[in-house]
Amino acid sequence: MLRRSFLAGAVTTTVTIVPFAAHATPDTLAAVIKEVTGGAPLREGKVTLDIPPLVENGNAVPLTVKVDSPMTADDHVKAIHIFNEKNPQPHVFNAWLSPANGQARVATRIKLADSQKVVAVAETSKGEFWSVHTDVIVTIAACIEDAT
Amino acid sequence: MANVLVNAPKTAKKGQVVEIKALIMHVMETGYRPGTNGRIIPRNIIQDFSATWNGREIFRMKMSPAIAANPFVSFSAVANESGIIAFRWSGDEGFLAEHQVAITVT
Amino acid sequence: MRGLPTAAVLLAVFTGSLALAQGDGRRSGYRDMSPALRKMQDDDTANPAMLFVQAGETLWNEKAGTAGKSCADCHNDATVSMKGVAARYPAVAAETGKPVDLEGRINLCRTNRQQAPALAAESDDLLALSAYIALQSRGELIAPPNDVQLAALRTKGAEIYKQRQGQLNLSCANCHDDNPEKKLAGATIPQGHPTGYPIYRLEWQALGSLKRRLRNCVVGMRAEAWPYEATEYLALESYLMERARGMVMDAPGVRP
Repeated sequence: MLRRSFLAGAVTTTVTIVPFAAHATPDTLAAVIKEVTGGAPLREGKVTLDIPPLVENGNAVPLTVKVDSPMTADDHVKAIHIFNEKNPQPHVFNAWLSPANGQARVATRIKLADSQKVVAVAETSKGEFWSVHTDVIVTIAACIEDAT
Repeated sequence: MANVLVNAPKTAKKGQVVEIKALIMHVMETGYRPGTNGRIIPRNIIQDFSATWNGREIFRMKMSPAIAANPFVSFSAVANESGIIAFRWSGDEGFLAEHQVAITVT
Repeated sequence: MRGLPTAAVLLAVFTGSLALAQGDGRRSGYRDMSPALRKMQDDDTANPAMLFVQAGETLWNEKAGTAGKSCADCHNDATVSMKGVAARYPAVAAETGKPVDLEGRINLCRTNRQQAPALAAESDDLLALSAYIALQSRGELIAPPNDVQLAALRTKGAEIYKQRQGQLNLSCANCHDDNPEKKLAGATIPQGHPTGYPIYRLEWQALGSLKRRLRNCVVGMRAEAWPYEATEYLALESYLMERARGMVMDAPGVRP
């Protein structure tokens, strides 16, 4: 988790202490999305991302992603990719689908380290990329257990 | 044997889209958390989850450390034929779990 | 079933739905959660606590100890024999004549009846068994038994509950009696009724007992937690169950 401490002295500086190496940034997010799309444009629409806008705990956030698709041999969702903006790494999950699913729908529970944007990218059999993103506010319980 | 809780209908009509849910007990240690000694606890997650219907893949998922502990997944499948829906989870530290359910399609 | 005058009055107001608050203003922490978390708890096919319940059912039927007995050998079908049991703990154990909580009772059976080693506190096996047993009280009214020893424990528990402690100089009552439903650092303060134990706490990413949660509270308040075996926990648990008398159990719960 991020901690901020203020250095005493003439100049007040904000120092972010991160106990792990690095974390996802908007640039990293753009990079991993590009890995999936190969630079193809992201279209808005068809994808719905159902996450509570405010969660009581970032350890298990329910998420359901659905894509409006007939899921036929000619026109179906091949893959759904979920990314995050501020976790230590930008991936959440990738799911591969086919007409055998009948519906392009995946539900799971994810971890969000902080309030941030979550992005869903759906890849169709026609080579199109549809996308949606949503902002989630993550709060935390007031009385936390010590690791001991 | 891993602790698995799968929920799939036992019967379905041909062509019906059914909901399949799978829950498995797993710590899903992210590899980013410091332990009580201040050192990072090594990553230990399930990385791959897949489901087949009579041997044909109907769903595959690559999990990251951002999937919550005791992972829960729900997806849909078209009921075409009676048979076995098989599930497989694999991941770090040689983790492997498999489970099967039978379904009758009329 | 025992007759409980308080419960009978409450039942008249109370339709049996877990989603409703008590007619007397008491409400389970379940009600303070978001719809998404309530849904997680309500769906037995998605509630992570059910993994522990499933493990508990396996353990219930497994022979253990030098006596080579399973819980089922004495108690048969848990859905019958354990119905309402978790709602009546802490209680006085026949073997020792002393009050004990549900986990303590399970261990008394392990050591005295199964001649097996006691299960470690907060161990997967002990939590699994207590989750499986607590599930059999889901929908039942909390009905702690009456006994002189329990009454004394409850009085002690009530004192601890109202006692300010720690660096923040807070008592349990300051938050849970005086300021429930208000926010503390973004989180809703519940009234603190133990209706859902053992709970799958998202913060723990695991199932845990009421004792773990109480230690969690005390540390969270920046007070020093009593030693693990201290009677303070049993006193608090007894007081809390009495305070929640007549409320509906919703174990095993999900909580943030």
